[in-house]
Amino acid sequence: MADATPSARETLIITKRLRDRPDDSWTLDTFLATGGFDGLRKALTMTGEAIGQEQVKASGLRGRGGAGFPTATKWSFLPKGSYPRYLVVNADEGEPSTFKDRMLVERDPFQLLEGIAIAAFSIECNLAFVYLRGEFAQGYDRFVAAVDEARARGFLGRNLLGSGFDLDIVVHRGAGAYICGEETGLLESLEGERGMPRIRPPFPAVEGLYAKPTVVNNVETLSTLPHIILMGGEEYGKLGVGRSTGSRIFSLSGHVNRPGNYEVELGITFRDLIYSPELGGGIPGDRKIKFIIPGGASSQWLTGSDEHLDAPLDMDAVSQFGVMLGSGAVMVFDETTNPALVAWRLAKFFAHESCGKCTPCREGTGWLEKVLYRLAHGLGRPEDLDMLLDVGDNISPGLNAPFSQTTICPLGPSAVSAVVSLNKYFRDEVLEGTARAEVHA
Amino acid sequence: MSQTPPEAPSTVTVTIDGHAVQAKPGDLLIKVAEDNGVYIPRFCWHERMKPVGMCRMCLVSIEGARGLPPACTTPVTDGMVVDTQGPAVKKVQDGVLEFLLINHPLDCPVCDRGGECPLQDQTLAFGPGESRFVEEKRHFEKPVPISSLVLLDRERCIQCGRCTRFADEIAGDPLIDFGERGGRMQVITYPDEPFTSYFSGNTVQICPVGALTSKPYRFKARPWDLSSVETSCTACAVGCRGALQSSSNRLVRLLGVDSEPVNQGWLCDKGRYGFEYVHATERVRNPMVRKQGELIEASWPEALDAAADGLRRALDLHGADAVAVLGGARGTNEDAYAWARFAKGVLRTDNVDCQLGDGLPADLVLGLPRATIVDCDRAAAVVVLAPDLKEELPVLFLRLRRAASELGVPLVDVAARDNGLTSYATTVVRHTPGEEGTIARKLANALSGTVTGDKPIDDAAAAARDRSGPIVVVLGRPSLAASADGLVAAAGELLARPNVRFLSALRRGNVHGALDLGLAPGFLPGRVTLDAGRAWFGDAWGGVPAGRGLDTRGILETARSGGLHALVLLGADPVADFPDRTLAREGVAGAGFTVAVGAFLTESARHADVFLPVQLWGEKLGTNTNLEGRVQRLGPKVAPEGTSMPDWRIAAELAARFDDDFDLEAVEEVQDEIARLSAAHAGVDARLIVRARDGVVLPLSEHRDELVLTPARIPITDASWEPIIPGSIADEGLTSTRLTDVLEGTGQGATSTVKPATEPADVGDEHAAEAEATEAVSAAETVAASAPSVHVWAPPGEGHTAPARDAYALRLVAARKLYDKGDIVVRSPSLASLASDPVLLLNPSDRDRIGVQDGGRVRATTARGSLTLTVQGDRGTPAGIAFMPFTQSGTGAADLIDVSNPVTDLRVESVS
Repeated sequence: MADATPSARETLIITKRLRDRPDDSWTLDTFLATGGFDGLRKALTMTGEAIGQEQVKASGLRGRGGAGFPTATKWSFLPKGSYPRYLVVNADEGEPSTFKDRMLVERDPFQLLEGIAIAAFSIECNLAFVYLRGEFAQGYDRFVAAVDEARARGFLGRNLLGSGFDLDIVVHRGAGAYICGEETGLLESLEGERGMPRIRPPFPAVEGLYAKPTVVNNVETLSTLPHIILMGGEEYGKLGVGRSTGSRIFSLSGHVNRPGNYEVELGITFRDLIYSPELGGGIPGDRKIKFIIPGGASSQWLTGSDEHLDAPLDMDAVSQFGVMLGSGAVMVFDETTNPALVAWRLAKFFAHESCGKCTPCREGTGWLEKVLYRLAHGLGRPEDLDMLLDVGDNISPGLNAPFSQTTICPLGPSAVSAVVSLNKYFRDEVLEGTARAEVHA
Repeated sequence: MSQTPPEAPSTVTVTIDGHAVQAKPGDLLIKVAEDNGVYIPRFCWHERMKPVGMCRMCLVSIEGARGLPPACTTPVTDGMVVDTQGPAVKKVQDGVLEFLLINHPLDCPVCDRGGECPLQDQTLAFGPGESRFVEEKRHFEKPVPISSLVLLDRERCIQCGRCTRFADEIAGDPLIDFGERGGRMQVITYPDEPFTSYFSGNTVQICPVGALTSKPYRFKARPWDLSSVETSCTACAVGCRGALQSSSNRLVRLLGVDSEPVNQGWLCDKGRYGFEYVHATERVRNPMVRKQGELIEASWPEALDAAADGLRRALDLHGADAVAVLGGARGTNEDAYAWARFAKGVLRTDNVDCQLGDGLPADLVLGLPRATIVDCDRAAAVVVLAPDLKEELPVLFLRLRRAASELGVPLVDVAARDNGLTSYATTVVRHTPGEEGTIARKLANALSGTVTGDKPIDDAAAAARDRSGPIVVVLGRPSLAASADGLVAAAGELLARPNVRFLSALRRGNVHGALDLGLAPGFLPGRVTLDAGRAWFGDAWGGVPAGRGLDTRGILETARSGGLHALVLLGADPVADFPDRTLAREGVAGAGFTVAVGAFLTESARHADVFLPVQLWGEKLGTNTNLEGRVQRLGPKVAPEGTSMPDWRIAAELAARFDDDFDLEAVEEVQDEIARLSAAHAGVDARLIVRARDGVVLPLSEHRDELVLTPARIPITDASWEPIIPGSIADEGLTSTRLTDVLEGTGQGATSTVKPATEPADVGDEHAAEAEATEAVSAAETVAASAPSVHVWAPPGEGHTAPARDAYALRLVAARKLYDKGDIVVRSPSLASLASDPVLLLNPSDRDRIGVQDGGRVRATTARGSLTLTVQGDRGTPAGIAFMPFTQSGTGAADLIDVSNPVTDLRVESVS
């Protein structure tokens, strides 16, 4: 790979309005003046089936929340003829270092609302629930105001835009639990229960909210829908690479000169994202990258090697390195970082956020955290790392990506990723630390 | 996504560890495996609750399935191939157990569960040899009381949620829940809201570790020191099956046994912990005879002679009508029979009543078409016309709650005020006490298809019409402040409708056995009337009373006016239990020569001239009859206190002093005599009783299909946290020599060794069991062919109307609470503090009209008397109604009730 600085740029589709109109992108006037509701108007002239199984399917849109499941396929799981059915919007963005949905909710709430209306129309749902992360203070105010205004102006409620279609939206604020971003934990919480994941089957598409067929979609996924309708699914599908079509927002953070959200066409490389002057802008002090955590805290890690930096932002291609694009977060750590300390901090997060429902996660995450604390603070034993791997194996048998799990939901296995990566890339460094600890002891 | 197949097969084939087994589609894999001899380890799963898949102990490998699914949440499907023991499964089992143990204190040597602990056992069977955890374990303050009976040790807890789910799903008291999360997740109660559930003890039993311990049992015994016997609880008339356990000759624990037709494994706390009263220091341990005005300890021969002499003198001077026997509902069937024979066959008095004016007329209860508890699960509708079942028959309440909320049975709550079942009822019908007949007529008309215009009633009838099965009427006495006339009228109205069956809600432990065996005026054993049975029993006993005698009220009124010259209190305390305390006091005081046969010197028994101490539940062998007419065995677990005797033997001893030899030497002989003479008990002899797993519902001829003969009995092990299967508990020294003979077929030849019940050669052989059951039924038919026919109740011709209430008065409802001030509660240290002083509950509008605040004092006045009481507003009590708990001791509702009035109206005025 050449040393030339890459020069990738943003592809502004769902962030266009908020980039162009930073001072008033969230207002209805601006929204309407910049093509707002055109997608919905067009959608309302189609059949629900055509929107889902023609347009969205052709677009290749995959869920932007983390799992990357094809949206049209998810919708098709709803059992025929079973009503009511619900659309639930997962706006409980809690994956560490992911902050794209927050931006979309705060700065373009009507776009989300339009996406919700299109999805609801397509799946024949008359009541949608938006589960907003509790910490989104401004996002909550703006989204609730947007819903009220839309309702007052006929973009929501009975017979919206004169189409004969009825839709209302209930906005619910979370109370700060990461687990409520897991879709069944979210549904439990929405029903007023303790936020704990459900055993599947039944899947939400069959028995979701209040035991009714339910689609759970992410904010970014829904915000994309108006553009798919306007561009045409096939046209949108031409963007991107392979089965990773369109654009995505990446939340870039850590040791980069220009941290922030960047909407880019899928298929550019990590190097493009991190080093392009209009994107990450490189590493402070031109230090070397030690490792990268893509996809949020749940993913395994990449290193600063050319092989990894030149991997494309392609949901499928990255899996060869055992990682995922997940929620679109990219955390960059330079050569000054102690990887064991990072692994411990991540484990602490998962131990804190484990809901406690199932044994391997409840007990295992806490155990990992305690051992990693010792390893990160010079108190490790030489056998600790191998023991951690085996404890991890009891949570996520095989230590593979994508996960297998002895747990109910992926939270437990997520906590294992850091241990696997620590062993894969920094085993010698960790063992050296334990040897020093033995000398001190 | 799989769609439901168009045609589901009736059985599926599943291969478990290489063996093909048949199962019902939809059954859970964990259960199918267990039924076929493969035990999959588990902690959170409990057969009586919905699966949650939390503990992850039951993960198995299923061909074609992703990962390792939990066996407890996976329904079996045809062709499923399951591996429960392969290396992948084994690794996970090791892993999960290691996880469960890392924060567990491992304080087994001081833990109540140590020795019977599922965590210990499954670690041994399925877990790793050692732990790799070297960090500090998590710590909590411990133990924390979560109720007055249950303590929580959060360090031992493995967060399986069995207790929290029980409280919510089964008991309907969601007062414990999980708080915090992750490693800090713990069972909590809500601020200022302790786990005051009547069913809290069940959580201790089903806890798979020692996290929940009960105050009464804590540190009392080690599991390996326990000796167990299967028995029935007699704290109320549900007759829940239990495993009664002792250590060092003290009763220490009662565990619920999972009898499907009766209690499904659950017990209420009063039943579970009420055994403590057996060892109460106030027990009378030796006979006493009154000398110079004082009751003085005496020998049994002296006391029995004194009792017989006193009774004989009364008979000789005043005749049989001047003699009465009150009580008998707290003993065994054998006690009841022997006393019926003594009272009616020897003393020849028919002034005999096992109910203390607080139940329903015997001819009604004995003559109605009957329902069983199981019938409620599949009824077209259940109509509850009874006192608050949660207070009086708690485990029946659980059953009806489940029927209504889980099984979709329409539940009609007909009552004067809200009660435990109200929130689960499909239809709520409120009325003023005394109007039951009018309401029942409307309901009966609606059930026949007439639109009455009363919406709740029409809705209830419509719901019932859509379903098959009988309409089960749960019939009891909702208020002790109103006569039973309204209920009699109501029963008559409902009986006129087809397919209506009744489940009695009389509460006292063996009241149904006592009624069945003739401890009621006008009746003889076998549910036959005095007239119908005159020749049969005259022949068997040598004579019966000349005519119908008095009930309790009549007996007390006669005694008050000096017409009663001898009274036997057969475990009865009318001063505490009779609704009208003034009459009870005056009656007992005026009764002449009095014999108290009991265990405690109650206020009534203090009047006795002779006190004969009896053995209590837990000390004696016998049978009990529950409210559906199910005869079940009672097992003894401790040696009797003092020189106390069983009631039936006292009757036989007294009879001998009247030159009448009952020739009854063992309980089994009494049982055989009952089976021979009682039409209702025909065929239910000692041999059948010992073999019938779930007891025998009377009459046997109508309930032949429900009879299950017991397979081999094995000692109860440490599996108490799982449903205990009836018949699985060894009867250690349970049977007498006589029964051993019966079972071994050695006839009369007495052997000196007392053996545990031996297993006849045919155990486990279905054909032999079938033959045995058929034999019992044919024996029943032989008796029935010659015995008098069973009484059938006919409604009285005229209807019943309650007097109107004047606008200034409130109509009193008085009913018992679970924690009353009766013998069991007051004399069981763990329960005693749970009984509270009576508070008058009024609708807030009535309270405001009277001008008092909650907690304020009022004067309540009736025709009988006046009391100063504390008031509490209660929205569940309609305007115009006043509720007061009927507590047996201390001032209370009984001081306000005059039984000569059909209803009790009271005026309430503020005194604050």
